[in-house]
Order: sequence, then structure tokens, then C-alpha cells
Amino acid sequence: MNFNLTLIGQSIAMIVFVWFCMKYIWPPMIAALEERKQKVADGIAAGERGQHELELAQSRATELLKEARAQAAQIREQANQQAVHIKDQAKVDAVAERERQLTAAQAEIEQEASRTKEALRTQVAALAVAGAEQLLKREVNADAHQDLLDKLAAEI
Amino acid sequence: MSSAEGPTSSSDYIVHHLQNLTYGQHPDGTWGIAQSAAEAKAMGFMAIHLDTMFWSVILGVVFLGLFRRVAKSATSDTPSGLQNFVESIVEFVDTQVRESFHGKNALIAPLALTLFVWVFLMNLMDLVPIDWIPGLATLMGIPYMKVVPTTDVNATMGMSIAVFLLMVYYSIKIKGFGGFFGELAFHPFEAKNPIVKAIFLPINLILEGVSLLAKPLSLGLRLFGNLYAGELIFILIALIGLYQLPLHFVWAGFHIIVIILQAFIFMMLTIVYLSLAHEDNH
Repeated sequence: MNFNLTLIGQSIAMIVFVWFCMKYIWPPMIAALEERKQKVADGIAAGERGQHELELAQSRATELLKEARAQAAQIREQANQQAVHIKDQAKVDAVAERERQLTAAQAEIEQEASRTKEALRTQVAALAVAGAEQLLKREVNADAHQDLLDKLAAEI
Repeated sequence: MSSAEGPTSSSDYIVHHLQNLTYGQHPDGTWGIAQSAAEAKAMGFMAIHLDTMFWSVILGVVFLGLFRRVAKSATSDTPSGLQNFVESIVEFVDTQVRESFHGKNALIAPLALTLFVWVFLMNLMDLVPIDWIPGLATLMGIPYMKVVPTTDVNATMGMSIAVFLLMVYYSIKIKGFGGFFGELAFHPFEAKNPIVKAIFLPINLILEGVSLLAKPLSLGLRLFGNLYAGELIFILIALIGLYQLPLHFVWAGFHIIVIILQAFIFMMLTIVYLSLAHEDNH
């Protein structure tokens, strides 16, 4: 157990080693550790942010869905109303058309009937004249009996 | 147990294992390696333990080389195996420093890391079977070879003296010379009266001086004593002969705890002493 120069030698060795460690080992190691710590913290923060955003998006999606459902219901309601409306309108139109055609047909029939009556009247007058002519077997003056014949025709 | 040309008796064996390889000036003026304990003693202070220096520097270089390699390629991405290992040590030391050292000094953490790992590696040499390297050295013609630098009181005291110098340096730097002197001179006995103060001064100086000097002394001698005792027990166990193996393993198992603990204590005390040097609370 002699004290000798080893004492100083060891001190010098230690100082050199500590200096080297302080200069070339400690700073990069601590920098890497700090950087990793920062990265982890950032990652956790990002994760939390993502979670929050997801929640927001989910609630927004639910809201949108609800809105869309309401809109769809509204549209369906409107469509139903419109369908009913169109059906009623069609019914009304059909009834009107029927009325119109009926009226037209009746008018035509009446016209035809009066025309036929007229023709018949004329023909009956002629027939009556011809009959009377034959009945009298004599020349009867048609002009003298015209007013009689007209009266007859009107009576038919 | 011992080689053919080595010592033969038990006490010779023990003495041989406890002798450093000493290079220095013989009393007759020539320089050379001491061939016996008496020759080494005769060299006095102007000698150096080649084995202590060699192993401590080699271990220091191993430590620094390994850590430097990791530090150069250290990334903040997922660390590989070795980086993981080194990072856990760095983080451990960093935590200890943060908890115990309250000043602001970029030197303390690297100092603590260096001391912890270096002292641990030097202690670890104790687990190499005690005859392997000395036996090889004997075959190579080297008379002595002590492979555990921390069983050399020069090594441990060398480190604790360096720590002591740092303590004194930072005490004076932080508190000023007056503050440092005041710490030594006006405590633990305090007085308002200047005359009483003057009477107390020598007593305080003696008390505080002793407690100041006891710090590096206990720091170095604690490490030395623990490792020296452990080494001695390894030597005694090796003397038993064939049945040494079970005992050897048991003691090695205990010793693993001792070497880690002693390295940790050396680091912690260094941090605490330097923390005290930075605190100006008197």
C-alpha cells in the first residue's frame, strides 16, 4: 500500500475520461433522449387530437344523418301530396271532358233530329200534295191550296 | 494455483497477488521494475503501478469507445439493443443527478456517468478468476500483475482527490473565497460577538477542516476497502485447492452486488459532495 505517482496518473486519467465523456458522449445521448421524449409527447398529443376529431366527425355525421332523414320524410310527404293533387286534378279534368263531349253529342243529335224533321216535313208535304192530287184526280191548283198544304205540313 | 516459477507457500501466494507491478527508481539510482515488495517500497513516491494504470486506462477506453460509438449513431427513433442498454444507463445516471444535484453545472452528469461506469468496469475485473491474468503475465515474464485497479489505494484515492479538487474549485467559484472560508471558520459554533467569534474560529476550522478532508478520504478508502477485502477473500478461497469452486461461485455472487453498489455509492457521493459545494446556504 505505497502511495506513489499512480495517484496522480489515475487523477489525470480520470480527468481526461470525464472531459471526453462531457464533450463527446453526454450531449448526443441526452439530445437523442430529449428528442425521443419530445417525439413521444407529440405522438400522444396527435393521438388525442385525432381522437377528438373523430368524436367531432362522428357527432357531425349523426347530425347530418338525422337531417337527411328529416329531409327525405319531407320530400316523401310532398310527393304524396302532389300525387293526390294530380289525381284529383285528373278526375276533375275527366269529368269536365265528359260533360263537354256529352253536350257536344247531344247538340249534334238535336241538330240531326231537327234536320231530319225538316226533311221529313218537306217530304210529307210533297207526299200529301201528291196524294191529294191523286185523290182528286183532277188538276188542283197547287197555288190555290198552298196555304192549306203549309198548314198541313206544320201540323205534322 | 501457482505456476512453477511463482511463489510456493500460502503467504507468498497472497503477498504475490497483492503486489502491484511497480516501475520506478531503485535506491541505487537505476530505473526499472521492482522484483519484490521490498524493492517496490524502497522506490518511494517516484514510482508508478504499471498494472493499475494499464487496466484502468484500458477499461476507460473500452467504456468511452463503446459509449462513443452509440452516441455517434444515437437517434430518437426506435433504439437498437446496444443503444437501449447505453441509454438506460445514461438515463439512470441523469435521474440520479437531477434528484441529488440542484445546481446548474454541465460537468456533473458526465462526471457521474464516467465514474459510475468506469468504477464498475474496474470492479468487474475482480470477477475474472484471480490466477488467469497474473498466471499469463508470469508466463510472459512479468513478475506482478494486479488486474483490479480499484484494489489499489492509489487508484481510488487518485479519483477521490480529483473529486476533492473539483469540490474546492466549485466552492470557491460559487461562494467566493470568503464564502468558502466562512463556511469553514464560522460553523458549527456561531456567535454574534466578534471576540467570541475569534475564539471559536480555530475550533471551527479544525472541526470543519476535518469534515472537509474526511469526504475525499472516506470516498476513496471506502471503495478501496470494499474491493481490497473482496479480492483478499477471492485469494483465500483460491488457496483452498480443489474444493474452492462452490465457495468461489457463492462469493462471486455476493461480489456482483458489492461491485455495482460500490460503483453506485462512489457516483452518488461525488454528486452529493459537488452539490454541497454548489449550495450557498450558510
